[in-house]
Amino acid sequence: MAGGLIQGGAKWRKVPFGTILTRTEQNETFFISRNQMLWEIDIYPKASQVDALANETVTESQALGLGTDSMKVRSCHGYLLQGALDREQAEKIARELLADCVVEEPVVFPVSEAKDAENGETLVNVLPKPGVMDPVANSALKAIKDMDLPVEAVRTFRKFFISGFDTENIDKLCWKILANDAIEQVVKGPFTFEHLEVGSPYHFELTIVPIRGMNDEELKTLAIKGQLYLSLVEMQTIQKHFQDLDRDPTDVELETIAQTWSEHCSHKTLAGRISYRDDEREIVFQNMLKETIFAATQEIRKNLGENDWCVSVFKDNAGVVTFDDEYNICFKVETHNHPSALEPYGGANTGIGGVIRDPMGTGMGAKPVANTDVFCFAPPEIPLEDLPQGVLHPKRVMRGVVSGVRDYGNRMGIPTINGAVFFDERYLGNPLVYCGNVGLIPVDKSFKKTNPNDLIVAVGGRTGRDGIHGATFSSAELTHESESLSGGAVQIGNAITEKMVLDVLLEARDRGLYTAVTDCGAGGFSSAVGEMGEEIGAEVWLEKIPLKYEGLSYKEMWISEAQERMVFSVADDKWPEMKALCESEGVEATVIGRYVPTGRLVLKYDGVQVADLTMDFMHGGRPPVVREAVYAPPAVSPMNLPIRTDYTEDLTKILGSYNVASKHWVVRQYDHEVQGGSAVKPLVGVNNDGPGDASVFRPRLHTMQGVVISNGMNPCYGECDTYWMAASAIDEALRNAVAVGADPEKIAILDNFCWGNTDRPETLGSLVRSAIACRDMSIALGTPFVSGKDSLNNEFRPAGQEPISIPPSLLISAMGQVNDVRKCVTMDLKSAGSALYAVGTTKEEMGGSHFGLVNKLSGGECPKVDFDVTKKTLKAVYDAIQAGTVRSCHDLSEGGLAVAAAEMAFAGELGVELDLTAVPFDGQKSDAAILFSESNTRFLVEVAPEKEAEFLAALEGVAAAKIGSVNSGTKLTVKGIAGGNVIDAELANLKAAWLKPLDL
Amino acid sequence: MKPNVLILRAPGTNCDLETAYAFEKAGAATERIHVNRLLEDPSLFEKFQILCFPGGFSYGDDISSGRILSSQLLHNLSDQLQKFRDAGKLVLGICNGFQILIKTGLLIPVDGEPLATLAWNNCQRFQDRWVELKTHANCKNVFLKGIDRLYIPAAHAEGRFVVKDAETLKKFEENGQIALQYAPLDFSKFEEAAKYDANGILQYPDNPNGAVANIAGLGDETGRVLGLMPHPERHIDPTQHPRWTRRDVQPEEGEGLQMFRNAVEYFN
Repeated sequence: MAGGLIQGGAKWRKVPFGTILTRTEQNETFFISRNQMLWEIDIYPKASQVDALANETVTESQALGLGTDSMKVRSCHGYLLQGALDREQAEKIARELLADCVVEEPVVFPVSEAKDAENGETLVNVLPKPGVMDPVANSALKAIKDMDLPVEAVRTFRKFFISGFDTENIDKLCWKILANDAIEQVVKGPFTFEHLEVGSPYHFELTIVPIRGMNDEELKTLAIKGQLYLSLVEMQTIQKHFQDLDRDPTDVELETIAQTWSEHCSHKTLAGRISYRDDEREIVFQNMLKETIFAATQEIRKNLGENDWCVSVFKDNAGVVTFDDEYNICFKVETHNHPSALEPYGGANTGIGGVIRDPMGTGMGAKPVANTDVFCFAPPEIPLEDLPQGVLHPKRVMRGVVSGVRDYGNRMGIPTINGAVFFDERYLGNPLVYCGNVGLIPVDKSFKKTNPNDLIVAVGGRTGRDGIHGATFSSAELTHESESLSGGAVQIGNAITEKMVLDVLLEARDRGLYTAVTDCGAGGFSSAVGEMGEEIGAEVWLEKIPLKYEGLSYKEMWISEAQERMVFSVADDKWPEMKALCESEGVEATVIGRYVPTGRLVLKYDGVQVADLTMDFMHGGRPPVVREAVYAPPAVSPMNLPIRTDYTEDLTKILGSYNVASKHWVVRQYDHEVQGGSAVKPLVGVNNDGPGDASVFRPRLHTMQGVVISNGMNPCYGECDTYWMAASAIDEALRNAVAVGADPEKIAILDNFCWGNTDRPETLGSLVRSAIACRDMSIALGTPFVSGKDSLNNEFRPAGQEPISIPPSLLISAMGQVNDVRKCVTMDLKSAGSALYAVGTTKEEMGGSHFGLVNKLSGGECPKVDFDVTKKTLKAVYDAIQAGTVRSCHDLSEGGLAVAAAEMAFAGELGVELDLTAVPFDGQKSDAAILFSESNTRFLVEVAPEKEAEFLAALEGVAAAKIGSVNSGTKLTVKGIAGGNVIDAELANLKAAWLKPLDL
Repeated sequence: MKPNVLILRAPGTNCDLETAYAFEKAGAATERIHVNRLLEDPSLFEKFQILCFPGGFSYGDDISSGRILSSQLLHNLSDQLQKFRDAGKLVLGICNGFQILIKTGLLIPVDGEPLATLAWNNCQRFQDRWVELKTHANCKNVFLKGIDRLYIPAAHAEGRFVVKDAETLKKFEENGQIALQYAPLDFSKFEEAAKYDANGILQYPDNPNGAVANIAGLGDETGRVLGLMPHPERHIDPTQHPRWTRRDVQPEEGEGLQMFRNAVEYFN
């Protein structure tokens, strides 16, 4: 430790060499013996290289109608270095570390000499706001220290030189394209500041909130202004509690209660009292989820008896089921909608980062082995002027979300193997981002138990102001002001910190160094410690929490939702080894308290008590939420199907519609093969680009046993009936998994409800109705839900307008299993001469169909499910695949038979002939219905001639008929019920229509 | 004898386990060791015959891919690494490992102006896709003995091989350092096979990043060090092949295994 001068308040005092300074002092220390300087290093692409950032800026501006043809942009990225550097040292850092001199050219100068742009160019700098995670700056600082050069602080930035652009529009350009106000600041012209912010010292001051004297109006105001987002009844309950205690709460006590009671953490609406009414029934639930979805799982487990393969459901951070003798697998899917609406990259980034911590925090810690992601956006072509204030353009949201998931999942080394993307105008202000993670966990490590007097150990990332109020914020409705109001809730993740935590977690788990672990998610330490200590009690010493920078109040330290943090409970005698292990891999581990058996949560800062709450009140004190829910089925009007002689154009349109079109642009950006277990990839077929139904991987390379991941979702059906929408989503998830070979008797499913404001009885009614469907179908099929999550209040309120609610969006994620991945099949046609079989019965169920969508037709019955038929059919298809009678198999979903046949044909690059008269159909036949109806539980299956008899034997008792054959041609031809061809298409054209739309 | 493989881990390394699986399947013994252990005790290198830098995102690939780990190695372990290579041992760098090798002087000298680098893909995006590789005629690299073509996946954002100038490229070729090159994929009857442009660069996506001379892998002058962008450790078992369900008969093993076997057999 060098000596220097410390500024304490206004005074300076001298410290001798060797003095150990506090963090605050270090931040205040200026080594005036050497002169501190702020260097700027601009890194330009060499003339031989493309200026990608600039090109992208121009393309995007023009795409959004901002950029003129004359618009020109040059760009560079760079670093600000603060330290006692001379020019030679700064040059050395620039050339040897920061710039890649084969393709880049660094320019180095002191900020004091920074010049503005010349010859008509406007200079715009974009850099992260102080306090926003800047991983590259952190790493650069570390690497410079390796070079043994004196740098104290680093910040990164991007620089744009813009010309040929209408200067009035510069601000618009800044906020629509160049920067995001939620996390970044814009500096026009050269930098002028003299040193980088390193945070200012914090002076402790206890805040008491005089809640006892407040009237209802004041309580309401407090709930909103304080971003507690609690109801009046809840505020009154808190008030009463403290009146009984004869004292007022501290701010941190209020925050802790608000987080514990938030929708996000307690799911109080769906787990609350709901009186539900629809056309045929009236039910009063004491706990809606418990009595529908959980109840179904319990019943299934009871029926399975000793063959019960569920291990831990709806308890831990992820649902756990058996896999093989040594390992179980767990699965969790979360949403991160509101942050992604404000800052798509950071929101999605921390969304996937957060859900990966769920399996890591399940039992004694699972190893993440696969990711999934499902997104809902507004259609990408909406013009900029149609965007409500405070809304980002869907294209930007999509790019940001995809790269956010990509950069985190890829860096963690977890394959992203399954997903989907849906488009609907109503997702404009409130996009949905579902992220899922599968974990592998040793059988004997699947449960955990914190012991009284264990130490509370924080491991991983440091705590900053990021993510303050995330939990309560996600319970609020988004408005055009949300961004300014809740910017703090937006974060950027640092995947490598989490990977480092994972590496030590698995090692520590296997050495038995801790008794329990959980992740710091929404609610931060507040909910993590609260959960682990619920049965025991806890005392936390806030001043011990490692901080990213000075200046956090004790309250912020406690409720911050900074990423990449896990909480462990560690026995005193194991702590030294735990600490040493973490240090050996550069992971920060700190004792921040102890689980003292008092039944209370006590928080102290430097010995001063700042909170004292009973676990009972936190976890049991919340007044039950009581809600009305009504559902009135909309009157069904028939869909008037157009009669055509040729439906090729309809097919082409559906293939080119956003929901059906190829997602290769997204899929290829994800590493779906890292860890080496990939057995059936998301994209399959001759050219590795056909749309696989589900992905399969081997979590253990030494065995052939596989895990199958698929999903089902169809917001379009919500219009007609959320009961059948839910049933259809389950059906789709299951048939996708079975289509590649999963055993339908061992598929675990997850529910993720994303709905609008459930304070409206009809909105909640549509949700309850879908939960009832989940219960009914789950029990009927013996397919248990093992985990789930809900996100309510997904609405956006444009300035001075009615809120726009998202459509009911229920995602069903399925995790199936195969004993031997070598028995799996894919959807691409394999050989000319094969027979094509339709499995399952088609009905005229065109409600919410894509045929209706592309033809702008409304009405029609939405697809229903006959549970018994579904169960039989899935089993039969599985048996047929196990028997090796299936060459290829594809499920029928959006676009029905026609789309499935086209996809199988162009993925296998083989011709197909179909005859609609042979298709098993129930009701009034029409070409349109047979081709495009979206009836559930249907497959199109390729069978080799010599296997047909065996195949049919397996399909005994299930509707199945030969409807055509595979040929070596290049066309899809379909004979209609009248005998003439109703589709006659070149596969190359169909494929082109399908590949193009989302190739961004 | 059964060679010992040191699989070097660092924060962000994430292909170490499957790489160990590949080496073990090829008959080697492996140990995954964190770079911090080597910094504490450089003598750890001595018991190993093969050093492997696996794929991943060392230190997040912050600044640029592999930059921080290689600068750490350059400033602290440079001599040990040179010594390891000069002792007639083998060094393999896959993906991030290749990016690290190039920046640590094990493949090409790093004193003075750098000769080559791995820059951002021309498409400016991370890409996971399988690529067809052919071994260069002059290649004398141990790892590629008896391998003339290879079908394995590439998965990276910064894999575009760039050289300082034409002379450098010429020198690499003369020294037999150009090891693997992207080649056309020609199994689709719909998609037109990719062509070579005026500069002899194979079109995207067959050359997934736009690498000069379609270079996917580079060796050192001794032929005992190899760096490559694609992932041979991801094609060890037949079911890892993207079209294994289209095959009537499955092969015994994946095409990537031979590279690891070559390394093991070099010591027998």
